[in-house]
Amino acid sequence: MIKLENISMSFHGKHILQGIDLEVKKGETLVVIGPSGSGKSTLLRLMVGLLKPTQGEVWIKGQEISHLSEDNLNKVRIGMGMVFQYSALFDSMTVGDNVAFGLREHTAMTEAEIQKIVARNLRMVGLAGQQDVMPNELSGGMKKRVSLARAIAIRPEIMLYDEPTAGLDPIMSGTIDRLIMNAKRVLCVTSVVVTHHMSSAFKIADRVAMIHGGRIIEVGTVEQIRQSENPVVQQFILGLKSPSAYVRRRSEMR
Amino acid sequence: MLLAIVESIGRQVILWMENSGRIIILVGNTLFHLREKPRMNHVLHQMAHLGVDSLPIVLLTILFTGMVITLQTATEFIKYGAQSSVGGVVAIAMARELAPVLTGVVVAGRVGAAITAEIGSMKVTEQIDALRVMAINPIKYLVVPRLLACVIMVPILVIFADVIGTVGGYLVATLYAGISSFTYIHSITLFTVVNDIIGGLVKAMFFGGIIAIIGCYKGLTTGEGAEGVGRATTASVVSSIILIFISNYFLSLVLYR
Repeated sequence: MIKLENISMSFHGKHILQGIDLEVKKGETLVVIGPSGSGKSTLLRLMVGLLKPTQGEVWIKGQEISHLSEDNLNKVRIGMGMVFQYSALFDSMTVGDNVAFGLREHTAMTEAEIQKIVARNLRMVGLAGQQDVMPNELSGGMKKRVSLARAIAIRPEIMLYDEPTAGLDPIMSGTIDRLIMNAKRVLCVTSVVVTHHMSSAFKIADRVAMIHGGRIIEVGTVEQIRQSENPVVQQFILGLKSPSAYVRRRSEMR
Repeated sequence: MLLAIVESIGRQVILWMENSGRIIILVGNTLFHLREKPRMNHVLHQMAHLGVDSLPIVLLTILFTGMVITLQTATEFIKYGAQSSVGGVVAIAMARELAPVLTGVVVAGRVGAAITAEIGSMKVTEQIDALRVMAINPIKYLVVPRLLACVIMVPILVIFADVIGTVGGYLVATLYAGISSFTYIHSITLFTVVNDIIGGLVKAMFFGGIIAIIGCYKGLTTGEGAEGVGRATTASVVSSIILIFISNYFLSLVLYR
């Protein structure tokens, strides 16, 4: 469904990503973990064509997108949805209009049909009846949920989540995790989730990829990542001070 | 020391050329999307927001400009017994230069700043990225309606400005300078031709285009955070006003040969 081949990305001579090879299969949820500034969000933006790689190819549903024009990219993007780190709701529109936006732009549905979908999606994310509220009246968690309702409105095949639980309390993080899993179950979407919340990552992932210093250093199932012998991976998932702290801990346990 | 100065000038020239190139690309892309049917509800919304709401401030500015120009002109002309020319001179100055340029400046300050601030804050809060992810072309969705609104509304504002400026002049000429109502109006009909007004409206269309394109460009290229939006908004107003004054000279050269 999504395939990155030998992707490198540089900004102003600074290498953000180097030699990334990654594949996400249809219906799979891949969680990308890694420290802040490691290039996780850049990876997501490359997948949706918001950025073009310095080198390499990005394949979405069998189509190479890194050389497409904006108009041709839009044809690919119609099948994709994205939840942004800070929600990116259109602040001049109501919650209902935000959720209805994609449907009004890309479908020939009647207003009554659109309103039905808006109501259903808002109910699904626990915000029933909030159509007329403006985004600035919502909390961070509510904005994330509206963003999710907006993204799934056009029933995308691919969902991308950029730090969906960042800045949320554990209860709200759990709610968002459940919504991501629900979206996968109900809509059978292929998902890529960027996060550094390990509890979320292990709960929702089919596979986890760890990115560090612009390179993917480990890819595997949740269990494989938990059992990884790579000190950098263990440092990250256990929240240790340094990789050597893990090496010391392991030798002590032996 | 000298090398540093040359380097600094070189950097500025490259930056200027880079920006000019990007603006030309934006103009090209916007014109390309003009071939498609525009979203009329967006255009009308922008026309109301950017145009109609600017009317009071434009009228106020031009009213007093017309009044002060007449005050100065009448005082001097009367000294030389040329009071029969005051109405015509004021009307020509108003139609050809003052109404389009001052309306352009006022709209650049009010509308150009608003366009940049709105698009700039959309950029820093990732709303432009959200549009792109939702397969919406930001140029078609944001730039085209604003360009059309400005190109249509600035000339309309100038028509109102022409009228109110001349009325302001009439009031000062008749009530303060003692020029008769007939002399003032007769002078206008004698001196002014339709091309004076049409030329002013053509200028106004150009100025509207400049305000919309620069406003959108500065918004779309806003730097990070609230500070970035503030800086972009200031740059938008300053650049638009400078471009209005420069282009006004060349437009006058072409239109009133």
